[in-house]
Amino acid sequence: MNPSEHLAALQVVVPFLAAPLIVLLQARRLAWAATTLTSLLAFAIAIALTHGVLNGQDHQYFMGSWPAPYGIELRVDGFSAVLLLAITGASSAALLAGYHSLDQQIEPKRQPLFFAAWILALAGLTGIVVSADAFNIFVFMEISSLASYVLVAGGPDRRALPAVLKYLIFGTIGATFYLIGVGLIYMMTGTLNLADMELRIPEVADQSPVLVAAGFITVGLALKAALFPLHIWLPNAYTFSPHVVTVFLAACATKVSLYVLLRFDFFVFQQNITGHKLQFTVFFMSLAVFAILIASAVALFEKNLKRMLAWSSVAQIGYIMLGASIVSLAGLTASVLHVFNHAIAKGSLFLAVACLAMSFRGLRLGNIAGSAKAMPWTMGALVLSGLSLIGVPGTAGFISKWYLISAVFELGGGIAIFLTAVIVIGSLMAVVYIWRIVEHAYFRPPETDAVVREAPLGILTVTWIVALANLYFGINPELPVALSESAASALMGHIR
Amino acid sequence: MTIIASLVIPLVGAIGIALAGRVNANFRESVTLITAGVLAWTVWSLLPEVLAGGRPAVSITEIVPGIEIAFRVEPLGMLFAALASALWIVNSIYSIGYMRGNKEKKQTRFYTFFAIAVAAAMGIAFSANLFTLFLFYEVLTLSTYPLVSHKGDEKTVRSARVYLGVLLTTSIGLLLPAIIWTYVAAGTGDFTMGGILAGKIDGPEVGLLLGLFVFGIGKAAVMPVHRWLPAAMVAPTPVSALLHAVAVVKAGVFTITKVIVYIFGIDFLAETPSSNWLLYAAAFTIIAASVVALRQQNLKRLLAYSTIAQLSYVVMATAILKPLAEVGAAIHMVAHAFGKITLFFAAGAIYVASKKTELHQLRGIGRRMPWTMTAFSIGALSMIGVPPTGGFVSKWYILAGAFEADNYVAIATIIASTVLNAAYFLPIIYFAWFEPEQPGAENDHGEAPFFAVLALTITAALTIGFFLFNATAIELERQLVSP
Repeated sequence: MNPSEHLAALQVVVPFLAAPLIVLLQARRLAWAATTLTSLLAFAIAIALTHGVLNGQDHQYFMGSWPAPYGIELRVDGFSAVLLLAITGASSAALLAGYHSLDQQIEPKRQPLFFAAWILALAGLTGIVVSADAFNIFVFMEISSLASYVLVAGGPDRRALPAVLKYLIFGTIGATFYLIGVGLIYMMTGTLNLADMELRIPEVADQSPVLVAAGFITVGLALKAALFPLHIWLPNAYTFSPHVVTVFLAACATKVSLYVLLRFDFFVFQQNITGHKLQFTVFFMSLAVFAILIASAVALFEKNLKRMLAWSSVAQIGYIMLGASIVSLAGLTASVLHVFNHAIAKGSLFLAVACLAMSFRGLRLGNIAGSAKAMPWTMGALVLSGLSLIGVPGTAGFISKWYLISAVFELGGGIAIFLTAVIVIGSLMAVVYIWRIVEHAYFRPPETDAVVREAPLGILTVTWIVALANLYFGINPELPVALSESAASALMGHIR
Repeated sequence: MTIIASLVIPLVGAIGIALAGRVNANFRESVTLITAGVLAWTVWSLLPEVLAGGRPAVSITEIVPGIEIAFRVEPLGMLFAALASALWIVNSIYSIGYMRGNKEKKQTRFYTFFAIAVAAAMGIAFSANLFTLFLFYEVLTLSTYPLVSHKGDEKTVRSARVYLGVLLTTSIGLLLPAIIWTYVAAGTGDFTMGGILAGKIDGPEVGLLLGLFVFGIGKAAVMPVHRWLPAAMVAPTPVSALLHAVAVVKAGVFTITKVIVYIFGIDFLAETPSSNWLLYAAAFTIIAASVVALRQQNLKRLLAYSTIAQLSYVVMATAILKPLAEVGAAIHMVAHAFGKITLFFAAGAIYVASKKTELHQLRGIGRRMPWTMTAFSIGALSMIGVPPTGGFVSKWYILAGAFEADNYVAIATIIASTVLNAAYFLPIIYFAWFEPEQPGAENDHGEAPFFAVLALTITAALTIGFFLFNATAIELERQLVSP
């Protein structure tokens, strides 16, 4: 048996098998080590899969060797590779940072259970991405959602409980909508395999059940992706969850739902429903514009550091959706690229916040006043990743903004000018809210006389590695660009 | 290789300064001076090749197809780099006198970011395409922020926020879209002799794109994006001197000139009526800023508004779109740099010696600070354009270009602004030398620290020297318009 043939399956199977074992480990350090190792192994598998994709071979895997429409198919292409890297990379970085950070927030006795939930969330998210089967996606979606509710509620902050309840209700509505949609399509086509669905759906295209299904699936997934105005569960869930959980979820969770949304739309609906392209564009483009402008504006006035960044995430989802809503090669490239780059930028930002949280109990802007003097490395990483979030040249964020604006220019006419203005205004608002952090940290006197120490070396190292990735992929973006281009051409290839 | 070296040297210097700062101040200052010296030598060693028509180039990496980080030395960039690197030496000498005389805090941070800013200026000077230029343009903005906000008190931070806000807003909001538009329209952003946009866009779009460029390049301070410049005057004087008389503002007008000459092409713009507005915008800025300067009571603010006016000289000269005027634009960058850095040095020297900042305090100060005020007078004469100073040379070329184009708006503007310049500089000189000083204890001071006086004497000498020895610069810049 050659293990490299089974990589796609192993990506999901490894964390799944690890989960029960981790529960059994009573010592919290041991549980942490096992979880981190599993996550790193998953990261290595993701890199191996990406390597294959870059060499021009998409992985296709049939569970139990049952051929496609009957058995369960797994498939990894450029788009999935981007997501896999983001999920496993974010999980690994967050866990490594969690060595120091989690002890503060989670009682030692509950840690093994917490880690088991973590690894299940990881398995679920990767499962969604590798599945080529609509129902399988639903199953993994439920696994990852249930596990992430546990993660979000895991911290000591009691305000996390109402937040997670909201998250749970919205998440369940989203998943149910998706399931209803899939059920309707199954009724019409008799298949759950996405590729098969694409072949069969033209026969029943434009019939009411398919239209209804399209509506349910789109709205359900948009809800899970926190696309404006369905984002209201997100800010509090991110704010009150344990800090490293925020790192993990902010970097990838909503994007996985976006991934499914784009997959479904471009593979199944896009060319089979009359006028769908126009609807898709009009609907999502306007939502994306609102997301960028409104969420950024809210972030401007937000005082809590984590909630400010959470609102910024809502805005960033807007950028990703804006690219996709153009329905062009350039637009989709920009979109997928921003999935990757934003994962790095937001990941390192939240890591820096986790570093700050090692020394500061409160994370309001006033609390961290003057922190730069005591924690120069933490703040350095925060500023660097903040620049990437803004899209300053030389950072990863710039590359995706460049592609996005180029894609917008291709549209031409008034709409191009309008959308460019939106992107630019959004970026400028990012300048302002990032700069508010900088001013508080560098120029305000500390609130109290308490002695503040720099975060431990371990968590700082992880933070800086991710922060420097922002620079690396800003200067040498070959890898994400190649993946995004292959993802975009795969998605566009399904439009006739 | 030399090109890369001129970027790396100041960066290595920055690290060296940061490390040396932990040892002691003298060692740190030595590192600064040595770095500045080595850099100037490196940059100037490129001059003979460029004068002979060579265009050394190097490509670092292609970020995505069509967009690369690359450098290429052409006459305009050569002039800018040579100027900035040479004046960095003088400025470092001055900084030592000023920062020590004023007992400023955090001097290591100051010298470190200064070196980074100079590296960014070198990157701007040598960039071979719009993307590379934009990259270093932003680095320059960000690296000068800690310098402007050096004092760190509430008022300074507020002014520094204006500085950063205006420069980042304009560059991300207007310049970046302009650059992307250029890449999309022309398929490239390389600085090319004769321009790359001819035939790619036409009609009102040309005027619009030009507007995005001119107002996006906020560092050139064409009204209404000039507000950051007076705000930045809260910085320590050496910062105002080098960065806001040479590196930052010159990076702005340098970029505008480069865009007009190498991206649009002067012939293309000359036959496109929608671009005519630029001349009027620049002329308006010259007159308006001069009138504002006339009303200032604070010496540094007066110099700030004078700078705004002088920058628009360069923009207006470029917008005349005649070869002689382009040469005049390039030469004016040099002439103004020498004159204005002298003026700032003098203002700083007065502040160090006497803590005086307002014009009415300067009565009779010439007798107490003869060296400083002599240099100041020379700088002021150069601003007005009186021979034998550098300012005369550049005005000559700009006027010649304006006559060649029969552009009476430009001619009238130059005449009017010369009168205005005289109206706000001559009284200062007169009061300083010929009025008796007010009795009072605050007048009991002598000349500024030695290093400060040395530096401003050098730059005053350069101001006069440029009147006599400008053949090399003019020969270099003639290649800008006729290869």
